[in-house]
Amino acid sequence: MRMIEIEKVREVIGQNPADKASLIAVLQDIQKEFHYLPQMALKEAADYMGVPLSKVYSAATFYKAFSLKPRGEKIVRVCKGTACHIKGADLILEQLETGLGIKAGETSEDLKFTIEIVNCVGACAMAPVMIVNDKYHGNVRVDKALKLVKKD
Amino acid sequence: MRIDSTEKLGQWQKECQKRIEAQKKRVLVCLGPGCLAGGSDQILEEFKNILAQKKIKDVTVESIKKTGCHGLCARGPLVVIEPEGIFYSKVKKANVAEIVEKTLEKGELVEKLLYTDPESKKKIVDYKEIPFYARQMKLSLRNVGQIDPDSISDYIARGGYAALAKVLKSMKPAKVIDEVSRSGLRGRGGGGFSTGRKWASCAKIESDIRYVICNGDEGDPGAFMDRCIMEGDPHSVLEGMIICAFAIDSPEGYIYVREEYPLAVVNLRNAIDAARQHGLLGKDIMGSGFDFDIKINRGGGAFVCGESSALMKSVAGEVGEPRAKYVRSVAKGLHDKPTVLNNVESFATIPVIIDKGADWFASIGTKKSTGTKAFSLAGKITNTGLIEVPMGITLREIIYDIGGGIPEGRKFKAVQTGGPSGGCLPEAKLDLPVDFDTLTEAGSMMGSGGMIIMDDRTCMVDVARYFLNFLVEESCGKCVPCREGLYQLHKLCVKICEGKADEDDLALMERLSKVIQTASLCGLGTSGPNPFLSTVMYFRDEYLAHIRDRKCPGGVCKELITYSINDKCTGCMACIRVCPVNAITGEKKKLHVLDQELCTKCGSCYAVCNFDAIDIV
Repeated sequence: MRMIEIEKVREVIGQNPADKASLIAVLQDIQKEFHYLPQMALKEAADYMGVPLSKVYSAATFYKAFSLKPRGEKIVRVCKGTACHIKGADLILEQLETGLGIKAGETSEDLKFTIEIVNCVGACAMAPVMIVNDKYHGNVRVDKALKLVKKD
Repeated sequence: MRIDSTEKLGQWQKECQKRIEAQKKRVLVCLGPGCLAGGSDQILEEFKNILAQKKIKDVTVESIKKTGCHGLCARGPLVVIEPEGIFYSKVKKANVAEIVEKTLEKGELVEKLLYTDPESKKKIVDYKEIPFYARQMKLSLRNVGQIDPDSISDYIARGGYAALAKVLKSMKPAKVIDEVSRSGLRGRGGGGFSTGRKWASCAKIESDIRYVICNGDEGDPGAFMDRCIMEGDPHSVLEGMIICAFAIDSPEGYIYVREEYPLAVVNLRNAIDAARQHGLLGKDIMGSGFDFDIKINRGGGAFVCGESSALMKSVAGEVGEPRAKYVRSVAKGLHDKPTVLNNVESFATIPVIIDKGADWFASIGTKKSTGTKAFSLAGKITNTGLIEVPMGITLREIIYDIGGGIPEGRKFKAVQTGGPSGGCLPEAKLDLPVDFDTLTEAGSMMGSGGMIIMDDRTCMVDVARYFLNFLVEESCGKCVPCREGLYQLHKLCVKICEGKADEDDLALMERLSKVIQTASLCGLGTSGPNPFLSTVMYFRDEYLAHIRDRKCPGGVCKELITYSINDKCTGCMACIRVCPVNAITGEKKKLHVLDQELCTKCGSCYAVCNFDAIDIV
């Protein structure tokens, strides 16, 4: 597990106004820094904005972008929008799951890879699409998917 | 430079135009999502590098421009050279030196990069003559692909903010609303509600404050026009919002952008900064005394937040659960104050309406659906990409004349419009005119404009299962009919796909659908059964094949099919390498064998086989 420093957490949270309307923006900033939402950071956020911790958790679990579990160095997102679905996104997912030994939504034990499913990234013209960290790969071929992930 | 009067904007526009005309040649490199995935950012860099080293007359590094989506994503990466409109497709980084040397230096063409018409096999130079572009009419996409989204002077040169100047100088708020009403513009997010009426009812309500919100959530899978507008022409959205704010007297606006579109956030933020700097946004806009400012909210990845009342909750920093709309959001919206919420494409269209007049706009399209509509074409279609056409054009014209038909010689089966709230239309409906009311009557809907084309290798029951699964995952869970009803509907659909259902299950699904439609709280629930209902209406045979014959005609549903290798197999080993469970064995150049016991029917072998050697039964 990575070490999370309290000073860093406070600095990240402190960029936003201390009111409840900032809740989602605060969570986004925490996640951007640590790639997930550490429990201690959520407590800090609740104190800072003056909202109950339950409310922070409520938002953190409602929105798909947030993760309460640590995530890997490489986030591999497989798009399962309609166009990707009919062009074989499931095959790509199956290749990755077998190849990396983890299921969608999971992180490998060495914290290298996380596989996530995303319901359309708006790049439907090049379906099927896979995103490795921030890099888009279009027209992904089943037999190339795993290689792309490992190389990128 | 601060634009403190509408006259000053006119001067600035002339300067901007002059600066562009001074460049004898302009190279537009498409950095839309499609071309970017093909490496167009590297192509742009390469152009800049080469031109920085070479001294070519009339062509400098400034002649290279990054633009938003040019439309024909299927042929990307795209490079267009103006003023001639030379259209190069499938460009690679390695081609850049040749383009510079031949086209920019000597004025010659690079033949191999030109577009070849699939029918006549002729090369087409000017993109305006390519059938894909020739049939289009671009209003909301007028600048996308033509300008650098980060350059406010590009936008100004093409007449940007002139509509705002006209509004501030010579129009009263009521006149602006009247103009938008008379244009007949209906909400491009899919609802199709009259934009003018929405503005008018909001403006009428007494309140200390009113808000303007731009819905950039675009959660419909298969839709990406709002993304391309926000990324490729952010100022047009801002200008539309400022005009709206003036019309309803609002000091504060928000753009809600979905989490999956980070570039849209960057480009909008740059545009907001530039507009503020030049006095086009913020305090005392163009010296008129009118104040209005815009903030960006990033979404958190929840489909339901595209629904207006959920979106407003999310903007306020809460969980995005919709509320019952006994009182409309024009009366009680964000922070319970009157709010106008329109989508990206609607706002981007507003400046055109003000500029060219309501009558001109209303003369385009059909009587009840005026103007043009942007669509994204995806799925099993030759020309995947972004288009804009006049309302009333038929589905056949879009799919065959513009979209180039179905690739690989396969047969058209259905077109899905309107995302998870829409439906699938069969071949018999291809001659329907595309407008709000006709599509709804046919059991689908306009939606935000995603069009997904399906061929005979698509299973319509699987498509219904896909959308139901999507909606089950995205339901916020606040109301029972949506949370439990869609869950059960999906479960029954899976039962059909697995060949375990009988006809009573189908009848139950139809009854359940009616309940969900009637009793759900928001649009996600009330339209949730649509993908099922439209597929069962037009493709009942396919459902019955799954139920009675335990067969999947599309060859998709795993439990009902088997894969086998036929004697066309050349022994190339491609399927062996890709099979995740080692179910295929064989040697090089010898017929391979598939072990049915091990096979998980994932279809990977079918996807990679180049010799038609895998049969699906």
